[in-house]
Amino acid sequence: MSLDAANSPVENRVVAGLDQDAKIAQSPLAVRGLTVSYGEKPAVFSVDMTVEPGQMTAIIGPNGAGKSTLLKAALGIVAPISGRVTIFGRPLAEQRARIAYVPQRASVDWDFPTRVIDVVLMGLYRELGLLGWIKGNHRARALDCLSRVGMADFATRQIGQLSGGQQQRVFLARALAQGADLYLLDEPFAGVDAATEKAIISVLKSLRAAGKTVVVVHHDLATVAEYFDNVFLINTRRVAEGPVAEAFSEESLQVAYGGRLAATQIDQLARA
Amino acid sequence: MLLDAFTLQLGYNATLVAIGAALLGTAAGITGTFLFLRKRALVSDAVSHATLPGVCIAFLLMALAGGDGRNLAGLLLGSAVSAGIGLWCMNWLTRNTRLAEDAAIGAVLSVFFGFGIVLLTVIQTLGVGQKAGLEGFLLGSTAGMLYSDALVIAAGGAVTLLLVLLTRRPMTLVAFDPEYAAARGLPVERIDLLMMGLVMAVTVVGLKIVGLILIVALLIIPAVTARFWSERSDHVVLLAGLFGGIAAYIGAALSASAPNLPTGPIIVLVSFALFALSLFLAPNRGVLAAVLRHMRFQRRVHLRQGLLALAQGQAIYESLTLRLLRRAGLLRADGVATAKGQARAAKALRDERRWEVVRGDVTQEAAAALYDGLRDIETVLTVDQIQEIDRRIGGPREVLS
Repeated sequence: MSLDAANSPVENRVVAGLDQDAKIAQSPLAVRGLTVSYGEKPAVFSVDMTVEPGQMTAIIGPNGAGKSTLLKAALGIVAPISGRVTIFGRPLAEQRARIAYVPQRASVDWDFPTRVIDVVLMGLYRELGLLGWIKGNHRARALDCLSRVGMADFATRQIGQLSGGQQQRVFLARALAQGADLYLLDEPFAGVDAATEKAIISVLKSLRAAGKTVVVVHHDLATVAEYFDNVFLINTRRVAEGPVAEAFSEESLQVAYGGRLAATQIDQLARA
Repeated sequence: MLLDAFTLQLGYNATLVAIGAALLGTAAGITGTFLFLRKRALVSDAVSHATLPGVCIAFLLMALAGGDGRNLAGLLLGSAVSAGIGLWCMNWLTRNTRLAEDAAIGAVLSVFFGFGIVLLTVIQTLGVGQKAGLEGFLLGSTAGMLYSDALVIAAGGAVTLLLVLLTRRPMTLVAFDPEYAAARGLPVERIDLLMMGLVMAVTVVGLKIVGLILIVALLIIPAVTARFWSERSDHVVLLAGLFGGIAAYIGAALSASAPNLPTGPIIVLVSFALFALSLFLAPNRGVLAAVLRHMRFQRRVHLRQGLLALAQGQAIYESLTLRLLRRAGLLRADGVATAKGQARAAKALRDERRWEVVRGDVTQEAAAALYDGLRDIETVLTVDQIQEIDRRIGGPREVLS
């Protein structure tokens, strides 16, 4: 690039645009100008997000900040008012098979007649097709996913008989069964026991080690630095995005949480 | 007479009705299970009541056109159209207004049914109604069933079953976890619509046999009956088909065995009998099993509490505890523990300590989850594992019996 061109503001803008395009093409999940509204109150407003490949990203923000909504809109579960979502640079509809989603536990009827292994087999839904029968190798794979989350002994229990943490791990096993490249989890650590939290985080780390991308809606500020590489702070609008060391700062927490966190708390977190 | 009915020896019409009813019962049971699992059982009631205006309008149109107003295929087509409109109204009301689904169901059901009754009265006053027998669609009437009617019912049932076979997996996924289904790219709304379409098909096909007021029973009772017997959705679906088919067949045969017994209501009563039997007798989820389980549990609690009290030298006041301990030969009549009682009591106390170790050990989670304060530890762990725990606890050893 010549010196003249680098100094020209027009050229600069074009180069920056190309740079953006390249980033979007590489990103497992890129969101541009996303607005989602329930009624006439936007829950997420004009948000840009670019998830880094092969890393673990936490989406954090106060209650009602639009964390789960952002995830649901990215997955097409709720329809956005405006905005664009790309998965590995392609439209969502073409890339469904590469995404695994772990919803919040509350979204399910726990008295549903289904056993733990049946839930995990739902992860193989795409492979089984409409008429395919479940065979031995499908069951073996489902059991393998269950043992990765330490739940193989529970395979034939009805799901309602499990504790909350165990149910969460079964959901994770179902996502594992999909063999996806991008994993999106909605508050997987909410109300679970310590054993489950450990099991889940070790599975997520093994996914990262295998080159997969993990995005987690997270509520516990104290564990952000310990668990995650990147952080995305949201309070309806994007507040900050980037590596934990940079984006998880006192200023951005102050902006995202406002008066909801005491100054001393923010101070402690940012220092930790 | 009854035996003749069950073995299809009651003549042409009774045989047609019994076979048609069994097919319809199976299709309704299987389709209804998905509705039940999706927790939208009452939608079927609104759909069935919404068929009435369509039946009447179809009759009028066919009669005015100079044809036979009673042509079943024509009447069913009419009922399908008006049920479809009812379904659409319900969907529109829940989606675009603040009305909840139950309110929308109530509104659609009553308005459509009321309109249908008005039309029915008009038809009767027109003088063409007497021979039409349209009231038969309210509670079902099988007396004049034709071979072609039976064919319509059989074909409708078969198409419904085929569609269910093709869509059972997406329908189950949507019923269990709609959000996850949407995240995987399943068209949740279209699948719900398809499910309603299937319910509508069963309703329309069943109008002639059970009538629109009672068809909801055929859709829902077999599903709740089957739920007592299994914890697996695929088994619940199959069992519901079986129960629905059996109830409809027996009901149709019973009603044919005596004059003037209404087919639809009898089928519903037989279906209810199967439900009542399951409610009481089913293992695990049945009422009797629950009572027995509770009694057994109560005894185990008392026995355990008694043993722990003995081990720690506390007094026992509960008469049930004392009775159970005496009956097991652990306590003498004067309230002193026997040798066996002392050994068991010491073991119970020791088990408590062992369980503490197991529950503090993350690697033993599956075993720890079985802790309920009652279970003997050797039913969960191997002798080696228990010895390992005892080594960790230290203190006096005891020989395991």
